[in-house]
Amino acid sequence: MTGESSRTALASVRAFALDQPGSVVAACLLGAIALAALAAPLIAPQNPFDLASFDVLDADLPPIWLRGSDLRFLLGTDSQGRDLLSTILYGTRISLTVGVFAVAIQAAIGIPLGLIAGFIGGRVDGLIARVADVQLSLSTLILAIIALALVRAGLGGETLGRIAVPLLVLVIGLAEWPYFARTARAATLVESAKDHVRAARALGASDGTILRRHILPNILSPLIVVATTQVAGAVMAEAALSFLGLGLPVTQPSLGTLIRSGYDLIFAGIWWVTVFPGLTLVSILVAVNVLGDTLRDALDPRLTPR
Amino acid sequence: MQALGAPLAFIVKRAGQAILVMLAIAVIAFAVKGALGDPLREIMGETVPEAERAELRHQLGLDAPWPVQLARYLGHAAQGDLGQSYIYKRPTLEVVLAKFPASFELVLAASLIVLLISLPAGIYCAVKPRSLDARLILGLSVLGISVPVFLTGIILISIFSVWLGLLPAFGRGETVRIGFWETGLLTLDGLKHLLLPAITLSSIMLPLFIRLVRGAMLDQLGTDYVRTARSKGASRLRVWLHHALRNALIPLVALGGLQIGNMLAFTLLTETVFQWPGMGFLFLEAVTRADVPLITTYLVAVGFLFVVTNTLADVVSLWLDPRISLEGRR
Repeated sequence: MTGESSRTALASVRAFALDQPGSVVAACLLGAIALAALAAPLIAPQNPFDLASFDVLDADLPPIWLRGSDLRFLLGTDSQGRDLLSTILYGTRISLTVGVFAVAIQAAIGIPLGLIAGFIGGRVDGLIARVADVQLSLSTLILAIIALALVRAGLGGETLGRIAVPLLVLVIGLAEWPYFARTARAATLVESAKDHVRAARALGASDGTILRRHILPNILSPLIVVATTQVAGAVMAEAALSFLGLGLPVTQPSLGTLIRSGYDLIFAGIWWVTVFPGLTLVSILVAVNVLGDTLRDALDPRLTPR
Repeated sequence: MQALGAPLAFIVKRAGQAILVMLAIAVIAFAVKGALGDPLREIMGETVPEAERAELRHQLGLDAPWPVQLARYLGHAAQGDLGQSYIYKRPTLEVVLAKFPASFELVLAASLIVLLISLPAGIYCAVKPRSLDARLILGLSVLGISVPVFLTGIILISIFSVWLGLLPAFGRGETVRIGFWETGLLTLDGLKHLLLPAITLSSIMLPLFIRLVRGAMLDQLGTDYVRTARSKGASRLRVWLHHALRNALIPLVALGGLQIGNMLAFTLLTETVFQWPGMGFLFLEAVTRADVPLITTYLVAVGFLFVVTNTLADVVSLWLDPRISLEGRR
């Protein structure tokens, strides 16, 4: 009985995916990129964090299909002589790590608050909604820029670089919980009015048990949609911050840091240091957004053919 | 009387809230200043003996208890004095305000592009949701939302400046001064410089607004009065524009108001890519060179812009939908 609604949701998602083959391509692409990033230490030709493994003499070499290239470097090298392919693999790893952990924090704060707001209602609900509104109107990106800029001005660029990963996760994670809270609240309101929840209460189940066993499993599908789009947002925020020089340092580059270091080189005709990390970043974001859109439209009652 | 009093009370209440928020921002700026900056090191360097330091500290009032210092800071701030910039050796507010026209003109140009494209495109996607064109627009908007604003800027620079050599890659170009306002809108060179940054900035907001317009229109098209209007024989176009769009504008203004913070962040990124001499570019320069008074002044200025635009969005919402003031009084 409890699995009924999620099973029909799953079926409609499957039907929609067949209707829109683009989302299947997106899922495969994302899976491939994530797998490659995960396996980076195994498959990357070089360890870009190890200063001894690269040589400045190899700097600014083009990809192998262009003149003046070196067969050792498939996508060419950056201005420090690092193999670009390896750097991108490791950079994607960092970008995805920051994205996933930041969204985990958002979910960990937002979902319980949303469940409580929807379940208890009344004054608690009003308070949580109010705080969420204020938080949302402040914009994560500008808050994150200001927070990291202050850390940089206070502690210096080097210290910022050392604590960048946990700091980025924390800043991006803390600011965006309202999306989870709102979705969880709305779904909880719908779910708590259903018969199986009332039956569970009549049988004497405690509030905690009802929330955990009868409501949470049934509101997972909209939350997964939120999580998808939030990962895209977090990866993009990380890239933007690193591009501004407020995120990961050049010695431990994420995709945003790579694009930043390539930006200075495009006027010299060295386009590959920007283009390949840029393409990787855009592929990740397009794939995640296409997936999120497909899922959202599949669950949107306004779009079901009447 | 009642009808007139309610909106007025709403506006007064919102203005009061705005002042409170500004006060909070000023207190935060004061705290940041205290945590980050030692003005003495900036003025005297590190090597001056302790006795002399204490003397100057006393002269500057830095040995006073913090509530006294806070009161002094707020008093000066109310008179428009937010300190001296370390880099520019001028009052920070003057420095930040001098950069405002550049940012404003960039945001204005980008907003015009967004408005002119997102309204027709969003309406079209809502009224013909299954058409090929609508799917194409939405597909492109997914792509647009997925390309970070700084990357769009770099791509445009690569194509139009480095490769084709058609448009300038950075700066504002030739400007004309009208009173205190330095504008780039009146010279051909200024407009040429504005084109790429404005397209870049609009590219990130455009997909979002197309979706917002589409969503708001979809909500309206499902309502009873739209169906009634259709059934009593009103033309399609009239129903879309007169009945649906008018009511769709209400949530749009509110949702658009939520994007002001994002707009500030995206403007900062665009300014960085194009070295556009606006407030965001100035802020990053202040951060790299640890100019604490300039950093805090930027925070206050951005907070002020944020509060003013948000209050304006609320007042416009009220003007579009008088029911809001009644809800506010509950």
